[in-house]
Amino acid sequence: MSPGSAHSSFHVRWTEVAVSAGMVIRRLGGGLLVLWLVSILTFLLVQLIPGDPAEVIAGENATVAEVARIRAELGLDKPVLERYFEWFSGVIQGDLGNSLFTNRSVADTIIEAAPPTVVITLASIMIAVVLGVTVGVFAGLTQGSWVDRTVSTFATLGIAMPSFWLAMVLVSVFALANPWLPATGYVDFSEGFWEWSSYVILPATALGVATAAELARHTRGCVADVLTRPYVRTARARGASGTWLVRRHIVRNAAIPVVTVLGLQAGRLLGGVIVVEAVFGISGLGSLAINAVLQRNYPMIQGYVLFSAVIVVAINLIVDLAYGWINPKVRTA
Amino acid sequence: MTTATRSARPRHVLRSILRRPSSATAFGFIVVLLFFAIAGPLIYPHDPEVQDLGNRFADASWTHLLGTDEFGRDVASRIIQASRIAVIAPLISVGVALLIGLPLGLWAGLRGGVVDSVAGRLADTVLSLPALVGALAIVAVLGPGLVNAMIAIGIIFSPGLFRVVRGATMSVAEETFVGSAVAIGSPTRRTLWVHILPNIAAPLLVQVTILMGVALLVEASLSFIGLGVQPPDASWGSMLKAAYTNQFHSPFSVVPPGIAMVLTVLAFNTIGDSIRDAVGLRRRT
Repeated sequence: MSPGSAHSSFHVRWTEVAVSAGMVIRRLGGGLLVLWLVSILTFLLVQLIPGDPAEVIAGENATVAEVARIRAELGLDKPVLERYFEWFSGVIQGDLGNSLFTNRSVADTIIEAAPPTVVITLASIMIAVVLGVTVGVFAGLTQGSWVDRTVSTFATLGIAMPSFWLAMVLVSVFALANPWLPATGYVDFSEGFWEWSSYVILPATALGVATAAELARHTRGCVADVLTRPYVRTARARGASGTWLVRRHIVRNAAIPVVTVLGLQAGRLLGGVIVVEAVFGISGLGSLAINAVLQRNYPMIQGYVLFSAVIVVAINLIVDLAYGWINPKVRTA
Repeated sequence: MTTATRSARPRHVLRSILRRPSSATAFGFIVVLLFFAIAGPLIYPHDPEVQDLGNRFADASWTHLLGTDEFGRDVASRIIQASRIAVIAPLISVGVALLIGLPLGLWAGLRGGVVDSVAGRLADTVLSLPALVGALAIVAVLGPGLVNAMIAIGIIFSPGLFRVVRGATMSVAEETFVGSAVAIGSPTRRTLWVHILPNIAAPLLVQVTILMGVALLVEASLSFIGLGVQPPDASWGSMLKAAYTNQFHSPFSVVPPGIAMVLTVLAFNTIGDSIRDAVGLRRRT
């Protein structure tokens, strides 16, 4: 290698770094802007309640004093803008206000309720990736075979199936008809790995199947596409083994649909977990959100909505960055 | 036309749906569903609201094809009764989404400017929320109930529809025939009706069909957690909730409403895919 080419490649790498740093900053800025807009919308939720919010929240049988307390709690006697700035400056310091009913901090309540929800969601993603990618690669490699057709049929079904219904069917089969796994509840990891996983496996499967189905479809399409590429045909003609092909070309390319689908499915998983938790009687973020809506506990709802938005924006950011990492061509985009 | 938006003439679309066995079956299913929803009271095997407490959780039999529920009501009749909400609920939410997304999308696609950037930002914002979380937040404002839940879902769907309409409008607006129509003085309203709308109908139709299925799923989720349909009305989601509560007595009862729901969503998805292929749109990957 001549010194000149070494210099130029060094040069190119620096511009690349600059471009991707610029992209990270731009994406981060975009994400923060969206979160700020979400904060305005969530703040406006209370504003949009038809009638006098304090009276609506307090309920029909509330005393005048109670209504006054809620009005003061929400600061409804102050002008809107002033209230927003007060609320927003709290939010950026991590202070989401207090629950209207327990008077505990919303942020603390959310953090306490999060572990089962996070565990189940992550476990469902794991199940979805393992199941979806394996099945999708097989289907892609055996296009048109009965394996492929069976996978397609199940994938179509899996996408149409509501996760909470699947959850009930799983409970029927694996907990009621056969007493193999617990039907409801959740235990902490400290109770032991097997005990803990026996509570996680059914909700995580119920939540993960639709994502697995979506992943299987995309992976299949991607594998089918890679197989038509000239470099794969050349490798095959040279006598490359199937395993080698899968490892060298296919798995690597399959990373792209995995990232795409997980990004698109993040919202569905975060919504789905609410209902799946309800089926299994797990007190996580889902039951927190449902109770907050039923009790009209607005600070809690606002906190929960903001929390969800932060997670979705963070996932999208990670997805964008992962694209750049997997496929350097995207870095400049 | 050079773009992917080959025009979606109703006859052309219908023919392409009926040509494929899978989508023809799906279309037939939706027709039957519509018939059930409209003709419900005339074809119930039993009155879906009559209770027979001596005959609770009966197994499937010739008198009760799908058994009875916790009040001894005939499950098959209740499934048919609930099919009405399975039709109405997606119609309301997709209608609301169209009402918001279509005009804004057309405006943003044709004129750009402030409307485009403001609506675009708002769309990004709403899309950053999981659909169910956004719907929960809106139900928190409007209060629980079927119509409120469906309006909430419609609002949550509108940014997606806005984006589809905006994108399609922008690509059609670049076509020569639109440019010439504007150049010879075609008024905006005429340009919209005659040139733009027929040419964005295809992607719009695909999106709307798929959203019908999603709306049904979100409605069922909301009804299941008690924020959608309120008793004594029945939707498949609220039937599932009741069945779930009594799952220890009768594990089978979760099956019929679930199957009805899966088949309906499957039918909408299949028809959507088939229209997409027929009008030559690429599947979004």
